[in-house]
Amino acid sequence: MTLQIKRLASWREVPVGGAITQPGNSVNRPTGDWRVFKPIINQDKCVRCYLCWVYCPEPAIKIIDRPYKTSSGREWKMTFEVDYDYCKGCGICVEECPVKAIDFVEEVK
Amino acid sequence: MSSSPKLHYKTVFDIPKEELFAPGHGLCAGCTAGTIVKLLLKVAGPNTVIVNATGCVEVSTTTFPYTSWRVPYIHVAFENAAAVASGIEAALKVLKAKGLIDPNKRVNVIALAGDGGTADIGFQALSGTLERGHKLMYVMYDNEAYMNTGIQRSGATPQYAWTTTTPVGKVLRGKIQFKKPVAEIVAAHRIPYVATANPAHFLDMMNKFRRGLEVEGPSFIHVLQPCTTGWRFDPRLGIKIARLATETAMWINWELDYGEFKVTVPVPKRKHVKHYIRLQGRFNHLTDRDIEEIQKMVDSEVERINKVVGKEIIGPVVE
Repeated sequence: MTLQIKRLASWREVPVGGAITQPGNSVNRPTGDWRVFKPIINQDKCVRCYLCWVYCPEPAIKIIDRPYKTSSGREWKMTFEVDYDYCKGCGICVEECPVKAIDFVEEVK
Repeated sequence: MSSSPKLHYKTVFDIPKEELFAPGHGLCAGCTAGTIVKLLLKVAGPNTVIVNATGCVEVSTTTFPYTSWRVPYIHVAFENAAAVASGIEAALKVLKAKGLIDPNKRVNVIALAGDGGTADIGFQALSGTLERGHKLMYVMYDNEAYMNTGIQRSGATPQYAWTTTTPVGKVLRGKIQFKKPVAEIVAAHRIPYVATANPAHFLDMMNKFRRGLEVEGPSFIHVLQPCTTGWRFDPRLGIKIARLATETAMWINWELDYGEFKVTVPVPKRKHVKHYIRLQGRFNHLTDRDIEEIQKMVDSEVERINKVVGKEIIGPVVE
């Protein structure tokens, strides 16, 4: 992802009142590099309770329509994934996960 | 008016999947304001105008030239979020009367402000709006100090809490005064709906947002928002602390729906306030005796609430 604005806009190009014309364009500003610890969802342990998705302040937990079969044979219709472009690594999902299916490991670059 | 409306969000599966709050904002890691705003927009839907007073949410979600909002949004000064929201509501009414927009279209007007922008600076605008009876919802996210400018005390800071303007030293040991009961002051305006909510009990919070948008007239929701930076705790504990606030009865989730008072999250067995206080660095200077004093304050508040409800909705301290 590249930054949208390469050079400073002149005053003629700025909309009246400094209004921002693209809603939700902060998606172009990834905040994933703030992270020190990285949450990793253990798909085998995850019970798809949605709580991490509810509590994530970013929101950086995605619901993906991808079936998953656990090692014990249980089938799920969807998968939860962390969006590492935006996850700031606060660990709220790790703390709130009722089955402790999210590991919190140090980010290694 | 029919009492006890049906709960709309019963389980987590009822929550809409549509995301109107974009990631990439600059809120601190672990800031629960993100959770509150995200769920608020899920309840309100796309036909919403957000009026945001200056505060944490404003400075971090709308850093020019970016915005995290996928709904119409206006930033106003600290003082006048409620006044601007009432202006927008009146303008929508006129546009409907002139037939420029569909008269049956429901547009939600939501004013969003922090505790400084509500309890202290924006209070007279809020009071005027409530008195004029505009149909809007005012959401106050309460992080109990001016966190945006660097943790200065506000009217909503609790007693004994450390802030940069109520430092802990030989003379002063945290804030001297009590926390301003903003929701009760608002309830005294006799508006249709007043509630206090907590992001840890998210279904309760979302039902209150929905009810606040449904009623004809102004509504006010006071939401507790644990602040990792200002309350001095580990970012991962935000929701846990919010939950403990309710479990220790430091924070009581109630609603006042057309004069009918109800505690929406009963606590049959209460925890000692030390569980809540010992997790936060802003209360680090408190001795056990101070905590007992806070416990006594909470006890009398619980007694008062139980008396209003008419039964023991919040139980005795067990742990």
